[in-house]
Amino acid sequence: MNTEIKDSIEVTKPPIASIGIIGWLRKNLFSSWSNTILTLLGIYILYSIIPSFISWAFIDASFVGSTKQECSKEGACWIFIKENLKLIFYGLYPSEELWRINSMYFVLLVCGIYILIPNLKYKGWVGSFLLILFPILSVVMFSGGFGLETVETRLWGGLFLTLVIAGVGIVLSLPIGVMLALGRRSKLPVVSLLSTIFIEIWRGVPLITVLFMASNMFPLFMPEGVNFDKLIRALIGVMFFSAAYLAEVVRGGLQAMPKGQYEAAQAMGLSYWRMMALVILPQSLKMVIPAIIGSFIAIFKDTTLVLVIGLFDFLGIIQFVGTNPDWLGFSHEGYVFAAVIFWIFCFGMSRYSQNLEKKLDTGR
Amino acid sequence: MIIRKLTILSAIISLFTVSAATAGTLDTVKGQGFFNCGVSQGVPGFSNPDSDGNWSGIDVDVCRAVSAAIFGTPDNVKYVPLTAKERFTALQSGEIDVLSRNTTWTLSRDAQIGLEFAGVNFYDGQGFMVRSDSGITSAMELDGASVCTNLGTTTELNMADFFRANGMSYEPVVFEKADEVVNAYDEGRCDTYTTDKSGLAAQRTKLADPDAHVVLPETISKEPLGPVVREGDGDWADIVRWSLNAMIEAEEFGLDKGSASSTCATTGNPVVARLCGKEGGNGAALNLGDSWSYDIISQVGNYGDIYEANVGANTPVGLARAGSPNASYKNGGVLYAPPAR
Repeated sequence: MNTEIKDSIEVTKPPIASIGIIGWLRKNLFSSWSNTILTLLGIYILYSIIPSFISWAFIDASFVGSTKQECSKEGACWIFIKENLKLIFYGLYPSEELWRINSMYFVLLVCGIYILIPNLKYKGWVGSFLLILFPILSVVMFSGGFGLETVETRLWGGLFLTLVIAGVGIVLSLPIGVMLALGRRSKLPVVSLLSTIFIEIWRGVPLITVLFMASNMFPLFMPEGVNFDKLIRALIGVMFFSAAYLAEVVRGGLQAMPKGQYEAAQAMGLSYWRMMALVILPQSLKMVIPAIIGSFIAIFKDTTLVLVIGLFDFLGIIQFVGTNPDWLGFSHEGYVFAAVIFWIFCFGMSRYSQNLEKKLDTGR
Repeated sequence: MIIRKLTILSAIISLFTVSAATAGTLDTVKGQGFFNCGVSQGVPGFSNPDSDGNWSGIDVDVCRAVSAAIFGTPDNVKYVPLTAKERFTALQSGEIDVLSRNTTWTLSRDAQIGLEFAGVNFYDGQGFMVRSDSGITSAMELDGASVCTNLGTTTELNMADFFRANGMSYEPVVFEKADEVVNAYDEGRCDTYTTDKSGLAAQRTKLADPDAHVVLPETISKEPLGPVVREGDGDWADIVRWSLNAMIEAEEFGLDKGSASSTCATTGNPVVARLCGKEGGNGAALNLGDSWSYDIISQVGNYGDIYEANVGANTPVGLARAGSPNASYKNGGVLYAPPAR
């Protein structure tokens, strides 16, 4: 009966005011008087910020030159960034040894692109190279040994140091986090208790406290003359801290798994580790990809906290460079530049996570 | 019987303390070929990076002078950037051998276990900066003013003391970072900005129109800044102290970086001859070579050289030396070195 009516009525197009750009505007921006006010307010705020920012950052800005005197007073002085680019990207790393960092960047880039291109062979090999051999190679290349000149970690800095800390934090914290999550759900009371204590202690203190303890208190407990590298202390702190957070994210995924999956895996005679590796973890990790990437982005941004222990990460080195008497007074340019670079990295990670979700969305 | 036990006990204790103190810093430093010097994370003119990424500044030059005295070259130093909070721990734990990080010499710090101040390389003090058009010419006219400053430093306490002692009221506007304080002041959120005068001079260059601001003449606190070493190693402290004193005395006797070699070749003045290392004794007393002070002066400079190169009136920091406590005692300052003999 219904179908008859539908067929008999001529299909009319919706009124012009409810489709297209006008329709979208009406529906989303001017649907009620309160919405209209908010929209107008938003436009006004954007109008008062964007033109002046653009004229500061681009139109009045100075790009050419090599000294402070060549900068205009009105606009941004990008010469400051340009002239200090080596310091900002590599810190105090010796200039003649920069090829070591650059070549590792290159290897990372090539492998990364290879993995991102779909349907290529030997991806597993490239992946395991990145996860196992690449870090070992990096340690040798960055700090020296095997005929390479030693470069102490106190000379590391800038974007390079940020990437090292974030990279180590991200790569090592995931396996530790997974183990802790499994440990916390374990039926063995000692394992479960220890994992819980570990997670709760690290989650219970702010990262800044962890770093502070690592840099200020830890040396006092050691005998005089015994010094742990400050960077290693910070790396261990960042790693355990993010592992504790990831453990809880992963545990969320494990708990969301239907009990039937566990029972089915056990019914097939799989051992605990095979059950976890083949059935439970692949499905549960897939579910929590957004939260895991969220944690990674948080780690990446948290690396700026190493400034409080005297390490010059990307943000720290920009502040440091600004104390050169020849370049006083350009902190705005520095912070804008830092914000742009951080945004590029974080946005990249977030896009990659969406891509990964789509690719792995096979189950349902 | 009890006394005998106590004697044995004290002998054992002294054995331990002696064995801990035998490895002198100087021997260790000579053995490894360098020493670690704690500096700031960037204070313009004191310890900051130059455009090539090398450390420079008046605090850095103290470290370079110590290196020149020991090794004959100013470059055998490893610089360790430290936050204000971790600097003393780093010294006590042995991570650094000299702390040269614009650190104020105070009784409580000197008396603290493990710290010994080796001299003063810059006499600083807290001051106020105001806009020229405000018409204020003295800090005594600041009654009721809003004051921008950094959070949780002695600066904040000195300010409170100053206003209370003079029966004036004020409104503090505090921020965590120096950059934020300067911006707030520049935007007119407070009437005056207070920090150490060296800091005021450096921050002034960051303002939109530096010439529209003046630093008031009053200095409301004493901030003698100088190098610090670990307590209990007198030989090492002596080297740092006399490296600084040699630079001050060299200036007094007209021995500077540029003319050191020619003056030393022709001098008849016994004081200058001693500084040139031509009359021995000083080096041996410090366990150094006789040319230790000549190496400092010819490679790092005398006090006037390092002052003018890093914070002097012709640098962006622009702290005029004449009339300040940092002038030589002969010119009305308080800079005075005991004789190097």
